[in-house]
Amino acid sequence: MAVDTQDVPRRESGLLRTLKGIALIRESAVGVIGLTIIVFWVLVALLADVIAPFPPNQNYIPLATPLTPTLDGSGMFWLGTDLQGRDILSRIIHGSRKVLMLAPLATLCAYAVGIPMGLAAGYKRGWVDDVLSFLSNVILSFPILVLYVIIIATVGSSAINILLAVTFASAPGIMRIVRGLVLDLRNREYVFAAETRGEPGWRIMLIEILPNARGPLIVDACLRVGYVIITIGVLGFLGLGLPPPDPDWGGMINEFRVMSMSFPHMTVFPCLAISSLVLGFNLLADGLREVSLRD
Amino acid sequence: MLIFVIRRIGTMALTMLVVSILLFLLLELQPGNVAIKVLGPYSSEEQRNLWLEANGYFEPVYQRYLSWLLNFVTGDFGESVRFKVPVGEILWPRLANTGILAAATLAVVVPISLLLGVLAGMREGSKLDRTISVGSIITTSIPEFASAPLLGAIFVFWLGWLPGTSGMIDGFDITQLILPVMVLALYDFGYVTRMTRASMAEVMMTHYIRTAVLKGLPYRVVIMKHALRNALIAPFTVIMLQINWLLSGVIVVEFFFAYKGFGALLLEASLNQDIFMIEACAMVAVFVAVATQTIADLGYTYLNPRIRFS
Repeated sequence: MAVDTQDVPRRESGLLRTLKGIALIRESAVGVIGLTIIVFWVLVALLADVIAPFPPNQNYIPLATPLTPTLDGSGMFWLGTDLQGRDILSRIIHGSRKVLMLAPLATLCAYAVGIPMGLAAGYKRGWVDDVLSFLSNVILSFPILVLYVIIIATVGSSAINILLAVTFASAPGIMRIVRGLVLDLRNREYVFAAETRGEPGWRIMLIEILPNARGPLIVDACLRVGYVIITIGVLGFLGLGLPPPDPDWGGMINEFRVMSMSFPHMTVFPCLAISSLVLGFNLLADGLREVSLRD
Repeated sequence: MLIFVIRRIGTMALTMLVVSILLFLLLELQPGNVAIKVLGPYSSEEQRNLWLEANGYFEPVYQRYLSWLLNFVTGDFGESVRFKVPVGEILWPRLANTGILAAATLAVVVPISLLLGVLAGMREGSKLDRTISVGSIITTSIPEFASAPLLGAIFVFWLGWLPGTSGMIDGFDITQLILPVMVLALYDFGYVTRMTRASMAEVMMTHYIRTAVLKGLPYRVVIMKHALRNALIAPFTVIMLQINWLLSGVIVVEFFFAYKGFGALLLEASLNQDIFMIEACAMVAVFVAVATQTIADLGYTYLNPRIRFS
């Protein structure tokens, strides 16, 4: 018997559907603003060498207030210079690179660890769940900032260590979210169907369950990148961040925090930069949530 | 109920045990450095070894851990390597200072965020709701280490209204508390507001609210008598958990304003590898975390009869 397959539209590939889902963000004004801010900073980071008016570690006139012209009159320190006479605008522009590299990368690592843990705990249940849940409870019961401070103060500060610390501290939270989603999804019919077909556990977890949990996870990832940016900033601010002299927003605030009451321009602009980037991710997350709740 | 509390206390003890072991092992990664921190960078290798031996650092780690644990359980927290006095002498006054800061912050955050959350959740999607929601996203996006210099620039540099540090050198001074509280409240109120809003919005969708509106009750009565009681259960839990956040979240604020509290102490202890101080602080932190969580759960059960009876 010839079956007419013309009427059944071909199922689009998963990637395409995810991209289309993300494209829905244009329906949320808040989300679009968030995305615009993020794209702005990404462009700034990519084009840092072109748009920065001065080299970030070059010393000029110390403590110039914003809008001070250079000595030869050819340029302008738009946001002023710091105690060592380095141009603040150029340092902010170059500093965006570090945070935009490290924060998403660290979040990705945390997800790479947290997702398998959550899938295993939620799907396998039993002792696997008990052990993983206890471990994550132990780590989560620890005030998170305290954990970062102790880890970084002990093992020393480098990009790798910050990455590991973020992974260690965030993976349990991600595991908990994934586990909750899996507990709900594992009782769906398509999971039973896959089990009946005799598919192995890892296949069911990765191919049947995980793609269906992506919505809340994408929203969580956006929020989490924001947190990680704050964390990297806090570590820099507490003097536990990436080593100088290359600019790093948190570190810039820390370096001149004691002078921030008398020369606010040295700290105010890095503060605004980091806040705007975090705001971008938070608005994007809010927009994505709004759009995903709509349908 | 009793079983629940006993189980919680058991979990808490187990968690504290695991955390204390992890900390000991973590700090074990860099032996020798403690001696440099105490004796200074110009001490000789011999001096350092003598100091390490005198303080029992050459004993195997499990032996040191067990002796610390025995002392800790009996209330002896050990001596701070940095301050050279018993840990308790430093820890408790610092904790009290942080308690003052946290209480003042909660006194600001709770009324503001409950009010805003209820106003926003009352009419979901209204202009007021969007304004409050976006406003709370903006304030939570400004990290404390950014809002502290920003507010400092405004109130200390431009307006000159407030003191820029909170060292409390000449005794307690309430004006020195204002900026730290402002920074903490600004960062925190958005989160509680959003949680309250979500809870309120959920209650407003229920049938009994629709019934109350349809039978012609004034809107005020619907909100005050019917909605609020149920909408404020979830924020209660959230507020309890803020106590835990305040204990560790204050690190940044205390560091910036030189406030002599628990967070600054912990930071100092970590930077100086003051192991007994770190252990004691961590135990306090975990204790507060689990205790507030337990109180939150108990309170939730008490406030929500549906959970109690099922």
